[in-house]
Amino acid sequence: MALDTPSLPSRAAEIAAEADRREIRSRWLLSSPALFIILFAATGPLLIVLIFSFLTPGDYGGIVWKPSSHAWFQVLFQKDIFDDTTTFADAHLSILWRSVKLSFLTTILALIFGFPTAYFIATRAEKSRDIWLFLITIPFWTNLLIRTFAVQEVIRNEGIINTVLIKLGIISNPIQIMFTDAAILMGMLYVYLPLMVLPLYASMEKLDFRLVEAGYDLYANRFQVLRRVIIPLVKPGIIAGSILVFIPSLGAYVTPRVLGGGKNMMLGNLIELQFGQGRNWPLGAALSITLMAIVMVALMVYVRYASRSEARYG
Amino acid sequence: MASASAEKIHGRAQSGDRAVFAQADVKKQRTINFSIKRQTGFGAIALFCFILLYVPIVTLVVYSFNSGPSIAVWEGFSWRWYIAAWNNAQIVETSTRSFVIATFAAIVSTIAATMAALATTRTKPYRGLNFIYAFINQPLMVPEIVTGIALLIFFAMIKIWTGYTGLAYLIAAHTAFCIPFAYLPIRARLENMDLTLERAAADLYATPWMTFRKVTLPLMWPGIIAGLMLAFVVSLDDVVITELVKSGGQDTLPTYMLGQLRRVVTPEINAISSVFLLISIIIVTLFFFLNRKRT
Repeated sequence: MALDTPSLPSRAAEIAAEADRREIRSRWLLSSPALFIILFAATGPLLIVLIFSFLTPGDYGGIVWKPSSHAWFQVLFQKDIFDDTTTFADAHLSILWRSVKLSFLTTILALIFGFPTAYFIATRAEKSRDIWLFLITIPFWTNLLIRTFAVQEVIRNEGIINTVLIKLGIISNPIQIMFTDAAILMGMLYVYLPLMVLPLYASMEKLDFRLVEAGYDLYANRFQVLRRVIIPLVKPGIIAGSILVFIPSLGAYVTPRVLGGGKNMMLGNLIELQFGQGRNWPLGAALSITLMAIVMVALMVYVRYASRSEARYG
Repeated sequence: MASASAEKIHGRAQSGDRAVFAQADVKKQRTINFSIKRQTGFGAIALFCFILLYVPIVTLVVYSFNSGPSIAVWEGFSWRWYIAAWNNAQIVETSTRSFVIATFAAIVSTIAATMAALATTRTKPYRGLNFIYAFINQPLMVPEIVTGIALLIFFAMIKIWTGYTGLAYLIAAHTAFCIPFAYLPIRARLENMDLTLERAAADLYATPWMTFRKVTLPLMWPGIIAGLMLAFVVSLDDVVITELVKSGGQDTLPTYMLGQLRRVVTPEINAISSVFLLISIIIVTLFFFLNRKRT
């Protein structure tokens, strides 16, 4: 008996540990269908893209199983077929530049328009807030293609903007907006604006207005309160919104295709082209990985900022 | 705004004689009153934004009722283009396909997401919990065009190996990117749920399965419905991944419309878009009220 006593607590611990193990196993089992589907039809294939970017293109699309780093070379450089000189691939670089530039501008404009809008909603009475928020949510859940098409209707040569301007006598001939970078920019701003407003609103809703009041008590004017009190407090929302707008803008495909036409391509369209008429799958794969890498950098910046501001404002 | 922040409004006229003047004239008092929530011009920008968001959508819907063949010149009201769309065999075929895919994808992804949500909530942290969470949300992190070409490559290989070219590829792709959308509301619902009722059931000798069926499941039902609806809308709306994954003759309504936009556009496209818009609004409204009931 005396010998058994010390082993009793350890036996209990063993039973508890066994129960824990069983619990964890059943939890893994429960999540396995979701994990399997995502592995099969989302994450797993991404690895294949990485492998394909190091292979040789087939003559009619597809690939030849021969390792090569030529696709990665083609992302940035091109070889002249006649004299074999290496130059920068201007076409790719200009598309890459357009993607980054337009995504950046979209993010800034969305912030300029979205910040006051979110602030406006957050300062409404509690009951009407839901209605305003609902008005933001409806375009958000409307088909992206339909929204892009709706923008096209407004900015076309025969669209509302030009018709109104001509009737007012401000211009005599319609302004060509369609098939320009400006059209893509307007389209992306329209399509992604709710993605900026929603996270901004989420952090403004929690804003403690006693701090704002304290600012005014200390003789700050409205602009100083905005700059020194409100903006620092809602910074997590600003960063989250900017990321949510920047990332899909960078990978945009539908909006530049519809509003930009064939000439004003963005990265998404260039990638798709390699799997269609371009018939250069490895190059398309390498460009995809490039896009992913830019997105990852943006996400990492976000995680760093988010954790830092969390530590500061807790 | 004045009524909303009544308790936060300050009269700045606090020194003696100014206060007397202010009290004498109530209208003047109101202009001296100071709302701490106000920011100059914000209201105007916000209203401008709301108008901006709705002008294109309203234009689109208005011209769907145009009796003329143009989406620019208004010629009077008619249902002509709705009838034309209804009688267009391609539109009927592609929208049926869209609904079939969305139904399958929404149901499968919601079941998988419900199981995953049960596995990742109401537990002490265990090894792999964060991994599961990140993995489920992964489709949200990758640009659609990248997922699209990844699936294009992968499914092309499977098509060669198996010879099968049916709808299952599209359903699998849609199911995968619908899972995070279905997962989020279900998880939110579970996290806000009261644990005591389940303990009470266990105290009353219910088996784990009975507790789940009679207590847990009814309680989490609104979350599941919300997840199902979100997944359905997300699948119905997808253009990019479908465009890349589809085999010949597997157009869904959005990819069919994308193809049509290159040609001369008639209000028929507006009519289909308006119907789509109506479906989205109905589902989002339902979702909105489901979520509101909880609070």
